Amino acid sequence: MSMRPDVEDLQFRDPAKADVLADRLATLQDQIGEPVAIMHVCGTHEQVIAKFGLRSRLPDGLSVRMGPGCPVCVTTMREVDEALAIADSGAIVATYGDMFRVPGTARSLADAKAEGADVRVVYSAMDVAALAREHPDREVVFFATGFETTAAPTAAMLEADPPDNLSVLSAHKYVPPAMAAIAEMPDTDVDGFLAAGHAATITGSGIFESFVEEYGIPVVVGGFEPLDVLGGLVALLELVASGQPGLENAYPRCVSEAGNVAAQDAMWRVFEQRTGEWRGLAEIPAGCLDLAPAYADWNARERFDVEPAAATVDPLTEQCRCGDIMAGKASPEDCPLFGGACVPSDPVGACMVSSEGTCKIWYEYGGHPDL
Amino acid sequence: MRKESNTQAMGEPESGSARSESTGEVITTAHGAGGERMRKLVDRLVGGRFDVAIEGGVGLDAFDDGAVIPIGDDSLVFTTDSHVVSPLEFPGGDIGRLAVSGTVNDLAVMGGTRPLGLTCSLVVEEGTSVDLVERVVESMRVACAEAGCSVVTGDTKVMGSGEIDTLVVNTTGVALVPTGQFVPDAGLSPGDAIVVSGTVGDHGISLLAAREGFDFEGELESDVAPLNGLVAAALEAGGVTAMKDPTRSGLAGALNEMATKSGVGIEIREADVPIASAVASAGSVLGIDPMMVANEGVVVFGCDPADADAILAAVRDHPLGADAAIVGQATADNEGSVVLDTGIGRRYLREPEGDQLPRIC
Repeated sequence: MSMRPDVEDLQFRDPAKADVLADRLATLQDQIGEPVAIMHVCGTHEQVIAKFGLRSRLPDGLSVRMGPGCPVCVTTMREVDEALAIADSGAIVATYGDMFRVPGTARSLADAKAEGADVRVVYSAMDVAALAREHPDREVVFFATGFETTAAPTAAMLEADPPDNLSVLSAHKYVPPAMAAIAEMPDTDVDGFLAAGHAATITGSGIFESFVEEYGIPVVVGGFEPLDVLGGLVALLELVASGQPGLENAYPRCVSEAGNVAAQDAMWRVFEQRTGEWRGLAEIPAGCLDLAPAYADWNARERFDVEPAAATVDPLTEQCRCGDIMAGKASPEDCPLFGGACVPSDPVGACMVSSEGTCKIWYEYGGHPDL
Repeated sequence: MRKESNTQAMGEPESGSARSESTGEVITTAHGAGGERMRKLVDRLVGGRFDVAIEGGVGLDAFDDGAVIPIGDDSLVFTTDSHVVSPLEFPGGDIGRLAVSGTVNDLAVMGGTRPLGLTCSLVVEEGTSVDLVERVVESMRVACAEAGCSVVTGDTKVMGSGEIDTLVVNTTGVALVPTGQFVPDAGLSPGDAIVVSGTVGDHGISLLAAREGFDFEGELESDVAPLNGLVAAALEAGGVTAMKDPTRSGLAGALNEMATKSGVGIEIREADVPIASAVASAGSVLGIDPMMVANEGVVVFGCDPADADAILAAVRDHPLGADAAIVGQATADNEGSVVLDTGIGRRYLREPEGDQLPRIC
């Protein structure tokens, strides 16, 4: 009987190759001679790092932290409250599973469903169009969250002749401006970014060129197998050691320089950038994606009165450090609630809800391995 | 019986009892999933009421797989389990085979490898097909034959339609073990080898795949089986220091429990943990780690390091132990935790929080 996972995985999970990369990281860190802080902006990267225990292989002085890479986590309470107001008005609200249990000011969509609202979990934007066609007599609202990877499918759905009873409550976010915002924060110190390979399949690696030029911080686009991550970190340390900020694509088997041009075109026909809040972080200039005027007819904010009711905030959220964690200024273990008052089955902050949230990932894979 | 007389018979809680303040909390399926929530619930229900130690044996205070009550030269091993699996018939078994195997295995991992007899209580929903119930009972007979025991007493109740879901089976079992020779789950010492008797995750992953309608071309099957013969072979081969039946919270839960109760750390090499390729693939599609889900045909052994190879060989010689492996060892470091060597790095392997797979056994 064959005992191990698929063969094609193995070439990216080879312990001997991992040893070579870990040795190279140690040599480079030694050469640099001062602490290096790398930020990645993707929950999938954090999952790989935690699941395979990659932090235990990093040399002293090299830290890798997750930034605002969890789309569910950066969705604001107000956006959740808007979805709740629409659900309470009697419309069907469809959203991705990760959003279902994220607390708004006072409640989550799961709470609303338990109280009788019609909330559906969908796996794709196209599912929402199908749902709306199945219920022509109901309003169906897609509470659309996520980065470029899900914004492009939302755009494709809206361009494919959606039914009239469908509308979109966009909470989509756009990652490149958030990286710039973090680079500009006075109290964050990031020496390099490991950019998310799957978002870059849409945007292309070239999108980071202007960022590298403007901020002088190296960017490497990385994939999601353990050797991809270690290889990406080697590329970043090489750039740091060289003293020359640069851009490298360490995930060329999926990412091209130009990206998916058709998807980008669709995205920019349907959406426009707006300055707006990322939960826990700040106002991000041009970091939010709203429906463009040409798609106003499908904009749930135009169709519904989505002024959410005022509610009292759970006092525990005052102690929640999701914001600092997403800015890379704190780790989950710096939060007094982590693993005690805040656990996946009873989360306080969004970072403990989503499978892409830093806290949930750390909780699942046993916290920070000081091994 | 009137409710009032029942209350009276129980009496008022004595002073100093552990009756907690009402929290208004209600039971959810997460409380039944074998993780942290269930432990908190059981602590609240049992703590200060029944958690009395049994001298020379094992009481409810140990939260082990069963009780051990010394009666002279022999001790009685005693365990009970209610089974609520969905679907009732699944690839590789059914609720009847599960009910017999679960109880026989709980006895076996305490050292009671020759079950004297089982009880069987059926609670059936009105409208359930008699053919189905008969298939389940026949499956119990076959599993009993494999274990070398029989059902010796039982009970059947019927509830109204919608008052219970189709069929619940409770089994209780007894076995004898020479006094002082039972095997606790808390017996690990640093250096002990950890042996797993077969591939892990088969039961949980195959049930979940069946429920989700994934077709893995019949490669996924529950491993549910009585393991008393396999355990007896291991006990004969050498010094077994600890045993555990890694059911609901999976291998990860069993190892964490053994580490915590034994006051040791455990280090596991992921590459050595036997996982069938179909289970690994299905687990990765479903996003579920096979080490985190229920097994019904696997035993975890702690072994005196000098005897580990002999015990492994004995287990492998048994028809249900062909995939057995030494997967790691107990350590003095990291007390109460399980460390997983992924081959690429190291991290803690925590127990699942529960609720990903309700009604698994």
